[in-house]
Amino acid sequence: MKPAQFDYHAPTSVDEALALLQRYAGDAKILAGGQSLVPLLNFRLSRPAALVDLNRIPALAYIKEEGGQVRLGAMTRQRTIEFSPVVKERLPLLGEATRWVGHLPIRTRGTIGGSIAHADPSAEYPAVLTALAGEVVARGPKGERVIAAKDLFQTYLTTSLGADEILVEVRIPAMPAGAGYALEEFARRHGDFAIVGIAAMIVRQGPRCTVARLATAGAGPVPLRLRAAEEILERDGLGEAAIEAAARRAAELVSPDGDIHASADYRRHLTGVLTKRAITRALGVARG
Amino acid sequence: MAELVTVRLTVNGVAREGRCEPRKLLVDFLREDLQLTGTHVGCEHGICGACTILLNGQAARSCIMLAVQADGAELVTVEGLMQNGKLHPLQEAFREHHALQCGFCTPGMLLTALDLLRTNPAPTEAEIREGLSAVLCRCTGYQGIVNAVRAAARTPGGPAGA
Ligand SMILES: Cc1cc2nc3c(=O)[nH]c(=O)nc-3n(C[C@H](O)[C@H](O)[C@H](O)COP(=O)(O)OP(=O)(O)OC[C@H]3O[C@@H](n4cnc5c(N)ncnc54)[C@H](O)[C@@H]3O)c2cc1C
Ligand code: FES
Ligand code: FES
Repeated sequence: MKPAQFDYHAPTSVDEALALLQRYAGDAKILAGGQSLVPLLNFRLSRPAALVDLNRIPALAYIKEEGGQVRLGAMTRQRTIEFSPVVKERLPLLGEATRWVGHLPIRTRGTIGGSIAHADPSAEYPAVLTALAGEVVARGPKGERVIAAKDLFQTYLTTSLGADEILVEVRIPAMPAGAGYALEEFARRHGDFAIVGIAAMIVRQGPRCTVARLATAGAGPVPLRLRAAEEILERDGLGEAAIEAAARRAAELVSPDGDIHASADYRRHLTGVLTKRAITRALGVARG
Repeated sequence: MAELVTVRLTVNGVAREGRCEPRKLLVDFLREDLQLTGTHVGCEHGICGACTILLNGQAARSCIMLAVQADGAELVTVEGLMQNGKLHPLQEAFREHHALQCGFCTPGMLLTALDLLRTNPAPTEAEIREGLSAVLCRCTGYQGIVNAVRAAARTPGGPAGA
């Protein structure tokens, strides 16, 4: 199949792009890496009147550290993130998650902004954004607003971004030095979307756990922060029994749906198993 | 018909130009407008990897990119791998190790493997398999392809520079 007709615009600034979105009043689609949108166009599941291509706006691609956060321009390629020294140093969980996003040729084009705006429930970046309590900056006709991860993802493929807004920046608090981290995932083939994935960060002081962060991919319509499981680790430490209890709690916290890939029960089971693995592996790399 | 756009780009070191609708996929532009049919098209949604090319030196799917987006870009397709009538070392390795049967996946396999070896010149077998999982082959069972890429990685001077 081939895409239906559309008007094509490649603005060179965000302001120009915003004006175009206004002009089409909801009938235009933003084109970022195209790795999710173009397949939908090819199948004619999406037939927008116009595409507003962000690929000619160089100002949207950067990685910098500011205010204790790592800030990534929406058009930063997944491949750039994979090889970024700043990400490796300050946000290694994001770096690890990137290697699970599709394959290298997909990451050549795919962007962090596109992945988050697309809000696939099985995607890795939304899980990391949720685990690390990041936020995104949206720009619209009325200016800029900052949206916390917990207010961004609404349901399958749906965010709180308006049709006239552009996600321009992703902000994630830099991880504390020595924090342990892991992204554990189960998929049928490497590079497929996760059936379930768990993003984890652990800060330890000896046997004590001062900060635990856990979030899911694929275990429900949106990524879920597993706060009650985190609390078990922060209260009871990092012994085997506490990890077991946290994993059991994680499985209770999710309410996944079944689909052709996996039943709801299986996803729940995986949530427990992968939570345990993620905490254990995170502990292995944690210092402190 | 929608307004046509002009696309100017470099393919295998040669400046090329064509006019097409904005909805034309890059793979179709290569095959139909530029008559470069070495790049294959399978699934048209990014899964199979048959259409993989190098875009400014990096492997990318040409079926989920519009031709107009490649305006100004430098592409390498499978036609560009042979130099002075000689197969590329990676192609030699594919021939040596029986890394193809029908050949449908081969152009995508070659360009994916080339990108893999440039980013990681000495991959482990697991890394080769992970990298090649980007492309589906329905004939070979992959073993020959993995062997070819491993052998090419060991070739003195390697395929990475070429
Ligand atoms: C074979 C294959 C395997 C894949 N595997 C995985 C995987 O394992 N995990 C995973 O997470 N992803 C996977 N993906 C998807 C990939 O990560 C996409 O790159 C990502 O989902 C979308 O990012 P994009 O930049 O390509 O956006 P696009 O496809 O261009 O856009 C996606 C959607 O987001 C909107 N959008 C994009 N950018 C913005 C913005 N700045 N502001 C507002 N709206 C915006 C678009 O309008 C569109 O609706 C896979 C894709 C393929 C083809
Ligand atoms: S034809 Fe492009 S990935 Fe299958
Ligand atoms: S050789 Fe036939 S598909 Fe790979």
